[in-house]
Amino acid sequence: MAYSDKVIDHYNNPRNIGSLPKDDKAVGTGIVGAPECGDVMKLQIKVENDVIVDAKFKTFGCGSAIASSSLATEWLKGRTVGDAYNIKNTDIVHELNLPPVKIHCSVLAEDAIKAALDDYKKKSAVGAPTEAPAAQSVKS
Amino acid sequence: MKFPIFMDNHSTTPVDPRVLEAMLPYFTEKFGNAASRNHQLGWEAEEAVENARKQIAKLIRCDAKELVFTSGATESDNLALKGVAEMYKEKGNHIITSMTEHRAILDTCKALEKRGLEVTYLPVDKQGRVSPDDVRGAMTEKTILISIMLANNEIGTINPIAEIGKIAKEKGVLFHCDATQGVGKIPVDVNQLAVDLMSLSAHKIYGPKGIGALYVRKKGPRVRLVPLIDGGGHERGMRSGTLPVPLIVGFGKACELCEQEMPTESKRMAAMRDRLQAQIMEKLDECYLNGHPTERLPNNLNISFAYVEGEALLMGVKEIALSSGSACTSATLEPSYVLRALGVGSDLAHSSIRFGLGRFNTDEEVDYTAKRMIEAVTRLREMSPLYEMAKEGIDLKSVQWAVH
Repeated sequence: MAYSDKVIDHYNNPRNIGSLPKDDKAVGTGIVGAPECGDVMKLQIKVENDVIVDAKFKTFGCGSAIASSSLATEWLKGRTVGDAYNIKNTDIVHELNLPPVKIHCSVLAEDAIKAALDDYKKKSAVGAPTEAPAAQSVKS
Repeated sequence: MKFPIFMDNHSTTPVDPRVLEAMLPYFTEKFGNAASRNHQLGWEAEEAVENARKQIAKLIRCDAKELVFTSGATESDNLALKGVAEMYKEKGNHIITSMTEHRAILDTCKALEKRGLEVTYLPVDKQGRVSPDDVRGAMTEKTILISIMLANNEIGTINPIAEIGKIAKEKGVLFHCDATQGVGKIPVDVNQLAVDLMSLSAHKIYGPKGIGALYVRKKGPRVRLVPLIDGGGHERGMRSGTLPVPLIVGFGKACELCEQEMPTESKRMAAMRDRLQAQIMEKLDECYLNGHPTERLPNNLNISFAYVEGEALLMGVKEIALSSGSACTSATLEPSYVLRALGVGSDLAHSSIRFGLGRFNTDEEVDYTAKRMIEAVTRLREMSPLYEMAKEGIDLKSVQWAVH
């Protein structure tokens, strides 16, 4: 099973390895997969004015999984949040020449992207912190 | 050092140059068919075969006449199981084996189950050993065969074959042992082990691929088999087909070399293996040895490197030939069933690497391999979300994973 040059490149020179502060309101974090499956991807995005200005990843998984998530961070940077939802696993398969047996790695990467985007949206949908509610009338 | 460094000697071994030299004349000069009884070429071939038979018999302490040549251990396993099942079907229909056997045994058992046989797959303990008491407990009046491997190909664990053999004898049940990984590495004596059938293979002991043997006991008891292959009645009717003389000569020579060199070679293997293990475990935390710490083949090491996946690790040391129990490296996308049988969690099964040292490995290669493994594991741990979480003090077992 020879790897494509692109997978090898991402493995040897992964783009954007690392972490962003997950408590930062501008950061969306997606963690997908499970250790028992042999695949866990953590993908994070930092958004400013609806544009993804930074993305980082960490992956427990095979070379194709690492390459898929590395590629994902490359593609996320510079996109708007809305546009980022359009990234499809098939694009990743095509770009990395993934063989059929590795397609699921790209699916997990797409899941990770969506999880990070959803997390960001959830965090930014929470409005400005509200005042403490006025004292409630005592229930009889 | 020559690259790639080959440290996957459980999967196969290079042919020893001395073995190759012994084989060559039988391709172009002494190319006769060993069954040709009427001319010199035939007699020469037959002599070479009988000589090889003696060399192999010496290694496992059996009589030369008790060996049946096959295409390899897989065929030997098939012949033993199916041959006994068919021959002794009036006597019973139950086979006892273990969960960590090679696929050649497990898949054959599955096929026999489809034909109506019953098979008990015994569990193993945390270090991979079959318990003789479990064997005794599983026996019924219908049991006709026990099949337990001498040493496991993934984790190197050596089973208590002699004890199991004793129980088999007590109960009058035939005992087959797949000794493919143990022959030539540890002393094997078919009488001391009390086995009635035994599979062995040449390409695991620096012989050529395509040839193996089945030891079939002739006395105490006399074991009979229904052959898999008919057509001429070669090998006392048990395995028809023209004998591949050059391969057999190679097999014989390989066994002779093992017999001569085993005492020093196994010590040297163990020393290299221990050195590799010590260097790796000194520098890396959270590395777990899979298999028995002492009842283990001298050349085998199987380590799980937590938080790092096996295929990615192999990619990081691609100038070294190794193998892994990870799902990503298997044809079936399942993690190693052997490691799972030990109770090793799937996550650690995905993180396992098997090192199989061999005759042609050197201390220099061992040191290089240790260094590169440490580098690769360290690098991948920096890239691992699991390592990050563990370092933050998160108990990974308590996490709710979002599996798709």
